[in-house]
Amino acid sequence: MKVLVAVKRVIDYNVKIRVKPDNTGVETANVKMSMNPFDEIAVEEAVKLKEAGTAEEIVVVSIGSKASQETIRTALAMGCDSGIQVETDADLQPLAVAKLLKGIVEKESPDLVIVGKQAIDDDSNQTGQMLSALLGWPQGTFASKLDFADGGVTVTREIDGGLETIKLKMPAIITTDLRLNVPRYASLPNIMKAKKKQIEVLSPDDLGVDVAPRLEVLKVTEPQKREAGVILENVAQLVDKLKNEAKVI
Amino acid sequence: MSVLVLAEHDNKNLKPATLNAVTAAAQLGEVTILVAGKDCRAVADDAAKVAGVAKVLLAQSDAYAHPLAENVAALLVELAGDYSHVLAPATTSGKNIMPRVAALLDVAQISDILVVEGADTFVRPIYAGNALATVKSSDAIKVITVRGTAFEAAAPEGGSGTVEEISVDKDAGLSSFVGADLTKSERPELTSARIIISGGRGMQNGENFKILEDVADKLGAAIGASRAAVDAGYVSNDYQVGQTGKVVAPDLYIAVGISGAIQHLAGMKDSKVIVAINKDAEAPIFQIADYGVVADLFEAVPALSAELDKAQS
Repeated sequence: MKVLVAVKRVIDYNVKIRVKPDNTGVETANVKMSMNPFDEIAVEEAVKLKEAGTAEEIVVVSIGSKASQETIRTALAMGCDSGIQVETDADLQPLAVAKLLKGIVEKESPDLVIVGKQAIDDDSNQTGQMLSALLGWPQGTFASKLDFADGGVTVTREIDGGLETIKLKMPAIITTDLRLNVPRYASLPNIMKAKKKQIEVLSPDDLGVDVAPRLEVLKVTEPQKREAGVILENVAQLVDKLKNEAKVI
Repeated sequence: MSVLVLAEHDNKNLKPATLNAVTAAAQLGEVTILVAGKDCRAVADDAAKVAGVAKVLLAQSDAYAHPLAENVAALLVELAGDYSHVLAPATTSGKNIMPRVAALLDVAQISDILVVEGADTFVRPIYAGNALATVKSSDAIKVITVRGTAFEAAAPEGGSGTVEEISVDKDAGLSSFVGADLTKSERPELTSARIIISGGRGMQNGENFKILEDVADKLGAAIGASRAAVDAGYVSNDYQVGQTGKVVAPDLYIAVGISGAIQHLAGMKDSKVIVAINKDAEAPIFQIADYGVVADLFEAVPALSAELDKAQS
C-alpha cells in the first residue's frame, strides 16, 4: 500500500498569537512555526503502517512558501520516504488545498491519504472531507483507530458522545484525531538521513489549479478580553460566590 | 432567501444543536429543515414544531439510517440548488458532512460561525478563538456550520411547519456503519456539560483525579484535563481541554492545579464563569479567572467537596 500524508506549517501551538494592528490578520513574522499537531499524528500513523508492513511507501506533501520544506523535512525525519512541495505564497483556503491535493493524488496514485482533522491556525476542519468529495472516495474523519482487512479499512471515529465505527472501501481518506497515536520525536541519525531524501517542487500551475480564495477576509480582530476577577480566601467563600453571586451552582 | 438546515438526530429525537442552527438560519431567510434518516417520522414532526421553521423535508432510506457523510452529502447536493444557504450544527456530524457538500458544489465552506453579519458575511473563530475573522463569501450557495454556543436555541414548540416526504435515495456505496460505542457515564460529556472540573499537572498522578470525581459527582460536572496532565499520562487524551483537545464553553469551569498555558486557555476561555485553584499565586490562570483560590489543591478540593455538602443540605 502506498500512503500520502499532507502536512501544514503553522504557528507553534505554544505561541500566543497576536492580531496585527491593522486587523488584516495575525502576526507571523519572527514567530516559531511547527508542523500542525494533527498532521504529526497523520505522519506517525503512516510510519506505523510502514513499520507494521501494511504500507510500503510514504509520500509527504506540504503546500505553501519555501519554508514549508522544513516541515516536509521533519516528516521525512519521522520516517516518510519522499516529499513534494507545492510552492505558493498565496493565501490558500481549504477548497484550493483540496484541489491541489487531488492533483497530487492523481499523480502519485496512493491507496490511502492521511491528513490532520484540522489545522490549528484557521481551524477549518475541511480539507480531508473536501479532498474525499473531489476524488469520490470515502472518508474516515476524526479517526482514533484504523484496522486494515479484506481490502477495506475499519475506522473508529471520535464523535460527540463517544465512538463510532465505520467501514470504508479503498482507496480512502483518513483524518486524524488526538487519540490515534502519540507522534515520535525524530532521532538525530534520522534527521541527518532525511536531509538526503528527495523533495520534488511543483507549482499550482503544474497541477492546473486555480487557488483564488472564495472567502474574502474583511478583518481579523481580537476577541473581548477577560478581566481577572477576585482572589478569595477559602473555598467556603468560593461556594458562596458561585451560589449567590454567579448563580451557577 | 431560503435556508436549508440539516437536522441532527438519532432517528428518535431531534438533537438540541439543531435548534441553535435554526436560530442562525432564521437570521438569513425562510427556514427548511432536512431530516434524513430511517423510520424517523417522529423527528420530522418535532422539527416542524420548532419556532420559525416553515417546512420540513423528510428523506427516509436505509442509506440514511446512520449519518454517513458520503450518502448525506450527496442528498444535500441534490437539494442545495433551491437554497441560498445550507447550514448544519458544528458538531462532529456537521463537520464531517458539510465540507463534502461544499466541495461537491465547488463552493467554500464557512466553519463554526459565531455571528451572522449579513447574507454573505459571517464572523468565525480562528486560532482556537484567540482571533475572530470576519469573512465574506462570493459563492452562490453558502455552506455553513454553526457553533451552538454562539446562538440561542430556537423554541422547540410554537412553529407550524409542513412535512414533505421526498424520495431521494443516495447510497454512494463507499462506506457502511459498523457500530457505535457511546459513553454511558453518569457524567455529562465535556463538550455539552454545564459544569466542568479539570485537573492539570498539579494533580501529580492519575489516582489523584478521584478527588475531582468526588466534586464532579456533587455538581453533575464533566471532568477535563490540561495537555500537561494528558502528556504526563495521568488521564487519557479524550479528557483534554485545549487548542488541540476539546473547545468547551460551560457555565462554570473549575481549573484545579492548572497553570494556564496558552493552549489550555484557548480551549476554555469562553466559559461563563472560571474558577482557578492553584497554590502558585503567579499562575497565568488567575489572570482570566473570575474567582481564584490560592491554596494547595489537596486541601482545597476536599474542602470544596465538604462545603458543597453543606450548601446542598
